[in-house]
Amino acid sequence: MSRPVLEIDHVAKRFAAKTVLSDVSLTIDKPEIFGLLGPSGAGKTTLVKMIVGMERPTEGSIHVLGVKVPNLKLMTDIGYMAQSDALYGELTAEENLKFFAQLYGLSGKRLKENAERVLELVGLQDDAKKPVQKFSGGMKRRLSLAIALIHRPKFLILDEPTVGIDPLLRKKLWDTFGELKDNGVTLIVTSHVMDEAERCDRLGLIRDGRLLACGTPAELKRATQTTTMEEAFLVYGGMGDAR
Amino acid sequence: MRVKALTERIIRQFLWDKRTMALLFLAPLLVLTLVSLIFNGDAYRPSIGLVDVPSPIQAALEKSDAHLKTLSAAKANDELKDQKLDAVLKFEQGRPELTLEGSDPTSNRAVLEAFTNLGGGGQAAGVKPVIHYLHGGKSLNNFDNFGPVLLGIFVFFFVFLISGVSFLRERTNGTLERVLASPLRRGELVTGYFIGFGIFTIIQSALIAAYSVYVLDLWMAGSFWYVLLITLVLAFVALSLGMLLSTFANNELQMFQFIPLVIVPQVFFSGLFKLETISDWVSWISYVTPLYYGADALRGVMIRGEGWSGIWGDVGVLALFALVFIALNVLTLRKYRKL
Repeated sequence: MSRPVLEIDHVAKRFAAKTVLSDVSLTIDKPEIFGLLGPSGAGKTTLVKMIVGMERPTEGSIHVLGVKVPNLKLMTDIGYMAQSDALYGELTAEENLKFFAQLYGLSGKRLKENAERVLELVGLQDDAKKPVQKFSGGMKRRLSLAIALIHRPKFLILDEPTVGIDPLLRKKLWDTFGELKDNGVTLIVTSHVMDEAERCDRLGLIRDGRLLACGTPAELKRATQTTTMEEAFLVYGGMGDAR
Repeated sequence: MRVKALTERIIRQFLWDKRTMALLFLAPLLVLTLVSLIFNGDAYRPSIGLVDVPSPIQAALEKSDAHLKTLSAAKANDELKDQKLDAVLKFEQGRPELTLEGSDPTSNRAVLEAFTNLGGGGQAAGVKPVIHYLHGGKSLNNFDNFGPVLLGIFVFFFVFLISGVSFLRERTNGTLERVLASPLRRGELVTGYFIGFGIFTIIQSALIAAYSVYVLDLWMAGSFWYVLLITLVLAFVALSLGMLLSTFANNELQMFQFIPLVIVPQVFFSGLFKLETISDWVSWISYVTPLYYGADALRGVMIRGEGWSGIWGDVGVLALFALVFIALNVLTLRKYRKL
């Protein structure tokens, strides 16, 4: 466990003339739940896409599990849940799962076992044979999570996983995230819901493409002399505005 | 007031969608121009080769509007086979024999017309040649001539549209991005699409071809397998072009807008209408439209019974089109994943 799980080294990303991220550095040493917090348009999704390997940093470098991204082989170890549900509406939940599982090289008995395990994990075992277009928003979100987990990735990136999910299910999902972490999975979760932040081991606050602060929820609150994450974030945001 | 709100909203939407507006106004002009170019062309003038034809008859034929060419028997046969001539007139032991290329009813009619007008008196009167057909025959009708082209058009049109729309959906639903977050290679993605669509294309063309030949009695001189091969390659061109153009469409409506721009001109230049009668300055367009090569090969097999030696050139050009489009597809997928 000498090499860090994730190492982001002075990364910047520009699209044409527009700078989306600038000088972001971040290290995750051991499995944990790392929350990326920030308003929409702050650059969270861009950062996440670079970690997955879909975008290349303009400057700096990113290493996941010791391998420099983008790397095709590494993608087998990464689970990714995109911000929008990327599902085939005509296919059933099971067929969707099977398709993505095969992309990650699963087949036969292992595929079947994994599919059953993740469907149960997200509570969709009874809806496996239903076409996805009949699913509610929350069910689709859960299926997307199941797909992200199907190949037992060591590194899980969840882009706004709990948008449109009711509080009860949200709590259940976060319990699941905790179990995954206990099993040695590193999770990066983006969110703009502050109460979720409390459940992360560490947090990174992003705004206008900059990583403003990084630390445990308690540390961040102490540093800003606030009692809630929301207030803490406002303090960091305010500092950004003042400059 | 509420009606006004609705009207205003529709106008605003149009103003934002410049492409739809351009198409609404300009596409009909383009299509009409093509129609006028094709149907305002000259009447078709057949080319007739003459082998040992007595001069009085030649003189009489010169009064018709046919192009005449005097040449040796061997050369005449070659040019007839290559479709450079529509017919050859020769004299065997004093008896006139007319051999028609035969694969196009329009040319056949034009040739025969030149001979019916021959009876204008003099020595040429009463010349009634024995008529042979190299391909086809007297019973070859317009449907036999259009049929193979239509087969090509249908395959191209449906595959283009369906593949374009389904790939567009992958883009807009986010599934394309999600799929590319897996270890899948871009080349594998394109290949998978080809095999998946290939299966349905084979079934589709087999069904259309079998129905036309066995139920509608379409002329079929060649091998069914060559027809399937040609339609499959043609479908691959349509598939890769559909995928490629879906990059430039933001929604299904914009995908449909490619029909008047991409499909309709191809139909006009596919050989459905005689290209010789189209003005020279636009007839070159047919050489850059894939459908032209597909239609030419299909006609070769179905009407003239050509085998591999007759169609490999067309199939090769189609394969080249497909390869170029595939390469462009793999390149444009870089937009979604830089690896």
